[in-house]
Formats: sequence, structure tokens, C-alpha cells
Amino acid sequence: MHKSQTYQFQYALLVVILIAFFFINISLGSVNIPLRSIIGSLFGNIDNTTWDVIITNYRLPKAITSILVGSGLGVSGLLMQTLFRNPLAGPFVLGITSGASLGVALIILGSGLFGGFFATALISKWSIVIAASLGSFLVLLAVLAVSHKVRDTMAILIIGLMFGSITAAVVSVLSYFSSAEQLQQYVFWGFGSLSNLSWKELGIFFLIYLVGMILSIMSIKSLNSLLLGENYAKSLGINLKQSRFIIILATSLIAGTITAFAGPIAFIGLAIPHLTRQIFKTSNHKILLPAVFLFGAITMLICDSIAQVPGSDYTLPINAITALIGAPVVIWLLVRQRKIMF
Amino acid sequence: MNFKKPNTILKAKNLSIGYKTKKGEAVISQNINFELEKGQLIGLVGANGIGKSTLLRTLIKVQPALSGTVLLNDTDLKTISSLDLAKQLSIVLTEALTSKNLSVYELIALGRHPYTNWVGSLTSKDIEIVENAFKLVNISELRNKKCYELSDGQLQKVMIARALAQDTDIIILDEPTTHLDMYHKAYILKLLQKLTKETGKTILFSSHEIDLAIQLCDTMIVMQKENVVYDQPCNLISQGVFESLFPDDLISFDNTSGIFRVKK
Repeated sequence: MHKSQTYQFQYALLVVILIAFFFINISLGSVNIPLRSIIGSLFGNIDNTTWDVIITNYRLPKAITSILVGSGLGVSGLLMQTLFRNPLAGPFVLGITSGASLGVALIILGSGLFGGFFATALISKWSIVIAASLGSFLVLLAVLAVSHKVRDTMAILIIGLMFGSITAAVVSVLSYFSSAEQLQQYVFWGFGSLSNLSWKELGIFFLIYLVGMILSIMSIKSLNSLLLGENYAKSLGINLKQSRFIIILATSLIAGTITAFAGPIAFIGLAIPHLTRQIFKTSNHKILLPAVFLFGAITMLICDSIAQVPGSDYTLPINAITALIGAPVVIWLLVRQRKIMF
Repeated sequence: MNFKKPNTILKAKNLSIGYKTKKGEAVISQNINFELEKGQLIGLVGANGIGKSTLLRTLIKVQPALSGTVLLNDTDLKTISSLDLAKQLSIVLTEALTSKNLSVYELIALGRHPYTNWVGSLTSKDIEIVENAFKLVNISELRNKKCYELSDGQLQKVMIARALAQDTDIIILDEPTTHLDMYHKAYILKLLQKLTKETGKTILFSSHEIDLAIQLCDTMIVMQKENVVYDQPCNLISQGVFESLFPDDLISFDNTSGIFRVKK
């Protein structure tokens, strides 16, 4: 907002880092492919067809997924923290992820209960996506309805956690009646995965993500006025009900689809906005939103690169890596700055 | 028939305030009538719990009136859209800011929100008005400070500048002098008086600083259990309004000096 305070240099630096990690991410994997061939493949001239297939059908979609997941979770976390006036808020804490998990659990684990026809019809990738999105949207609506009644933000967070407990309970009941195969499918979904997305799936993912991002960008103004408090925001002519709905819709679209396609990925949504605020030292969403976007994407690319365990055939669950790498960084930042920026 | 004075900005007519409950209405105060004029400084005083905040909340449309009407620039408050209201009425509240991680400039610039585009970009006109708000409140040196670095008195000045940047006909402040020392209480109220003179804006504030309000306000609204009186401070003194404001076992009002004294 301040004329003399632009962040072009920081943004440019982040974009360069993002591009660098994008290429590093693509260059890593169980098959060693030289950088020249990677660039050649991206621009459509490569002699080695095996390498070409690996890059265009496996590594490139995965790197793009990482960027979408990281930036999306970061932005939705930022939206939630401002809307609920709470630095602890995030898609995970508020139960959005639990809602998605519940939807997926009902589809994967519950399909046995619905009988043979549904079992085959339901467990397609799309039904999982739809179930996860619906689940997260419904939980968010419930949290929002409660937040209308309860002014205490701590209470709202506890209610979000309660939704998490209910989900866990339903999942364990469903697990009891499920086959080992179904259980394994659900557990693997829970690990989170950035790979296995075809270009077609990535296209749908991107479309929904894009709608959510556009809604988020449209909310920048109301988010900034919410920094003053709800009554001030109202006095500035902000339609609170409408802005709230748009912010929640954007979050559930982004966080819901991410959870649907990549599984419940923890930590990023909570931590990235904090990291960004500590580094950029502002709460102005016009500055924060693009920064959170870039930081989230970079972090996710780094985490995914590590998850592949360079030089080996193993791929670790991405969900574990995000927290293992990220949590110490946040702790270190908070200890160094001695206070939280919000 | 229209007896409206030409300069009336805000008018309350047979206003009744309170809360709607499941069992009916909890009336806090009723039969409130006043007309606030352009360029005036108006103090709202009364004992704790008498309904000052409820009245202000009703006037800024945070809660609906139980009955009666509030007219802002001749239009019923109920029919004014929130964006139009934001261009006519700005507020300074006692509630803490959700985030203090904004620079003073950013905070004051937020006052331009009703006028800016969808992403909140400031035009050269917006910047001019923000700069003017800095000048009026005399806080240019705070420009790049973060809000968490400010003292209570500085923050109050910044919040007043933010309301000025909103460029409205009337500014309503809820207890702007709480948490301030004696000097800053006088400073803030004196500043409000200066602003009404220099900008022609109407400023309504609630306060417990009755003696300061008597000295500085053009008119005062005094809320009592039975009725709400609206008049110039000197008239209110001669009517003996302040003497009956509080129970008389501890303090009494001295008509000649215009201040309350503790009984010996």
C-alpha cells in the first residue's frame, strides 16, 4: 500500500528460487537423467524416448502438482488465519482436512457396506475427489455456522478439533468393517502423494484450484479490512456475510481439492503464512498473498525432492517430510524473533 | 411540515435502544431525541451501564434500534447501504485491532477502502487525503512505525487519522480517552475539537471525562435512567443535570467550576 515500499526484488528472488527448485525437482529420481536432456524434453526435442516418457508423464506432472499443492495450502491457511483471527488456524486445525478424510473414508471403507454395485462405481478417482471436496466444504460450513454463534475464537478451534475426533472415530468404526485391501488404500491416501496424477486429472485439479485462487485474490481487500476487526471491516463498507462466504468457499475449494488429489498434507497450510509474515514483516494481504504463494510452492518442491530420497529407489510419504522439514524451521524462526507476527 | 435545521447531519427521533431477546425486548434506554449539527463536537456522557455503548452501536448500525428512527443526512439509517454508510460515517472503537502487524501508513490508508478499487489500490487523490489525515492529527513521524510499536495515546491518534482518511461527514468514537493519562485525555479531546473546526466534520464521542467534555463540547448528550437530555453544556449545568447524574453519597458537582468533587 505504501508507495515507497515495493517488494519487487523479493518477489523476483523467490521466482528465481522457484524455477531453480522446479528444475532440481525434475532432475531428481530413481533414473538419472542429465540436465541437458531434461531441458530438451521440456522443449520437445529429446532422442531418448524412455527419458522423455519419465519426464513428461511422471516428473513434470509431479513438479506441477507440488507447486499447486504448496501454494494452495499456504494461501488457504493465510485466509483461515485472518478470517478466524487466529494464528493457529489452518485447513488442518479447522477440520477441513478431517472433513475431506471423512468423505474419502466413507467412499473407500464404506463402499463395502453399500454393496457390490456401489463398490465398483464408487471407488473411482473422481468419486474420491468429489467426496473429499464435499466433506471439507460441509465441515467448513459447520465451523462457520458455529463461529456465527460463538464469538470466542478458541472455542471455534476446539470445535474444529472435535470434528477431527469425530472423523477419527467414524474412520475407526468403518475400518473395523473393512477389508485389508480397502484399509491399505485408505492408509496410502492418508500418506499424501504428489505423484500418480495424469495430465487430465491435473487439468481438473488446476481448474478448481484456479477458481479458488481467483476468489482468494478477490478477497484481498476484505481480508485487509478484517485485520482491523469485524466491526471496523463493516464500517468500511465490507459486506461481511458475503466476504466470509467467499473466503470460506475459496479455502474449501483449494484445500478440498488438494486433499482430494494429493491426500491430507499437514503443516504447510499452518506454517507457510507464519514463515512469510516473519520474513516480510507485514500482515498486508496484497504483499502476503503472492509471497505465501511462492513460499508454499518452493517449500513443497523442496519437500518432494527430499521425499524421493535422491540416489535411491525409495519414496517417503510426503506428509511426513513436510512436518519433519518445516516444523524445525518454524520453531527456529519463532525462537529467533521471540514473538509471533500476526 | 419539516422543522429540520439546515445543518443537521445525524438525527435521532423517539429512538428506543436495547436488545431483542427470546422473551421480548430488553429496553436499555428510550425516548431519545437529538439533532447533531455540522461541525459540532458532541460529548455523550452517563454512568456505567446506562447504555452509551448501546446507543453508539445503534447509531453506527451494528445493532438495530428497537423503535424510532435514526436519520443520517436525511436518510433512514436502515435504508442506507453499507458502502454508502462507510462514505458518510466512520468510527473509532475501543476494541483491539485484530492485527497490529501493519504500518501506521497502511492502517490509515485502509480508511480509503470505501473509495478504492477491488484490490484496494490508492489513487493520487487517495494518497492526498491520507497525507492530509497525517497532517491534521500531526503524526507524520509515526508513518513507518508498526502498530505494535505505538503507545496507547499514539495508537488512538492513528485510529482518529484513519477515520479522517475515510472522509465522512460524521465520526463516532467510543470512549476515545480510556487507558490514557490525564494529559493525553485532554490532548485527544482537544484534538477532536480542533478537527471539527478545521474540517467541518461532526464528531460524536462517548466519555467518562465529564469535566473535560463540559469545557470542550459544543453540545452534550447526557444519558440518565429516566431520560436522555441533549443541550449545550452551560444550559445543562444551569438545569442541574450533572448533579443528578450519579448517586450523591460520594461525589457532588460544583456548578461554578464545572467539575466533580469528592465529598469530605
